[in-house]
Amino acid sequence: MSQSSQILDPRLLAAKSGRWHPKPMISNATLRWGINAAVIVYLVLLYFSVDINWSRVAQGMDRGVAFMGSFLTPDFISRGGEIMVGLRESLTMTFAATVIGILLAIPVGLGAARNIAPAPVYFFCRAIIALSRTFQEIIIAILFVAMFGFGPLAGVVTLAFATIGFMAKLLAEDIEDAQRDPMEAVKATGASWLQWINYAVQPQVMPRLIGLSLYRLDINFRESAVIGIVGAGGIGATLNTSINRYDYDTSAAVLLVIIGIVLMSEYLSGYVRKWTA
Amino acid sequence: MPVKTINNIPVWQRREPLKQRLIWFGYFLALMLFLLCWKIISDNTIWEFLTDAHIQAASLIGRMIPPDWSITGALLLPLWDTLNIATVGTALGVVIAFPLAFLAARNTSPHPSLRAFALAVIVSSRSINALIWAILLVTIVGPGLLAGMIAIALRSIGFVGKLLYEAIEEIHPTPVEAVTSTGAGRMQVLAYSVMPQIMPAFAGITVYRWDINIRESTVLGLVGAGGIGLQMNAAINNLAWGQVATVFVLIFGTVILSEWVSAKVRHAVI
Repeated sequence: MSQSSQILDPRLLAAKSGRWHPKPMISNATLRWGINAAVIVYLVLLYFSVDINWSRVAQGMDRGVAFMGSFLTPDFISRGGEIMVGLRESLTMTFAATVIGILLAIPVGLGAARNIAPAPVYFFCRAIIALSRTFQEIIIAILFVAMFGFGPLAGVVTLAFATIGFMAKLLAEDIEDAQRDPMEAVKATGASWLQWINYAVQPQVMPRLIGLSLYRLDINFRESAVIGIVGAGGIGATLNTSINRYDYDTSAAVLLVIIGIVLMSEYLSGYVRKWTA
Repeated sequence: MPVKTINNIPVWQRREPLKQRLIWFGYFLALMLFLLCWKIISDNTIWEFLTDAHIQAASLIGRMIPPDWSITGALLLPLWDTLNIATVGTALGVVIAFPLAFLAARNTSPHPSLRAFALAVIVSSRSINALIWAILLVTIVGPGLLAGMIAIALRSIGFVGKLLYEAIEEIHPTPVEAVTSTGAGRMQVLAYSVMPQIMPAFAGITVYRWDINIRESTVLGLVGAGGIGLQMNAAINNLAWGQVATVFVLIFGTVILSEWVSAKVRHAVI
């Protein structure tokens, strides 16, 4: 840059006279003011369209305080049996669903990778992924409970179904990003398709697959606490019952158990990821 | 290089024998655990219900097609409520998560005890699904939009907080040093060296969470926290599966739209 253009830069001139301002994040002024105007219009619409029953909110405040307080006095004992049963069911559902989901997600993921699957297989597998990812677990759980009846089986099927979309999508992306050289090298030795997958593709995606599996295990546990609400088994049913009975000490205990397990699995997965990488 | 001799011919192996055996043993343990889990689930399942599952599924799908379009008009206001729950919830969550992220990031946290507190809040919020927060809040503030908004906000704090504090920890230290060396105060250092570096990530994270929140807020009505989920719940309870299908189509459209918006914005800022 030449000397003269530096001097003529208005931002530099402003800085020299002590009136410098940082650059705005959105450089296009029309877009910037457009976004601001849109936000104001939205807030006005919001103000006139949302009605909140503030007197009901005020009534509930002491209940809210009671709930906050119960986090300091969680009651693990008096409903301990129910919590243990719910927790055991949640953990078994989580593990079984994750295993089934991953086993089914691997072929779907292989089929959904552009670089190794033929076009018809690719579109079929992508359709499965889109179907599984669009709806919330709880909606899928409602449908499966209607089909399979109440109980943990509906929960396992729900979580496995949701796992397929999640794992297959990420696995397919990982395979698409894999290096081509090892694939070509193994293919050049005359390896069969299975050998090719086993020696050229699998070693490249395995560390990430393990990391994602642990992450999904964690997600499935959290989701298992939710789908119990619609009758798909697990600790969610225990939690829902305790909240509906205003038994906040037990609810707090269940929530603390969930938080503890998620925290533990987070530490564990960090450790395993370091170990496999 | 691990080599095994088979019929006097050396054959290359991928792993050392011990490591290979350990891996097989790991798979064996996982299989045993899976079978144990399956047994517990199987014991708690009434298998008789499954004999007619395919008939149930067929009748369910049969009653969903065609969707009952006559209720579409009545669903638009609940859909707007759902959008509001997601948007206001995201905004509330972000406002709380923003300072929390600075407390939680190793390089900007004023004190280790504050950092531990912020991390505890983030983990608690992340562990608990918005739907569970919603059940709680419906009993506290009553059914309606407000419970949904707060539930979404409480769940968003952990998500936005975690991603944002990781972004803060990954900033380039040079601008921080440069601004500090001019004699800037603590807040000025944050405003002029940290903030410009994290703003694009912050905008991206916010829009990403908004997109997720749209999905989550569609089901909050199941527990009474407002939005289109209320109509879905009513239709399910009436076994009006044609109406349920209409709700599904609307949710599908909204989710696709919000995903498109979120992808556009993230593409623009990153």
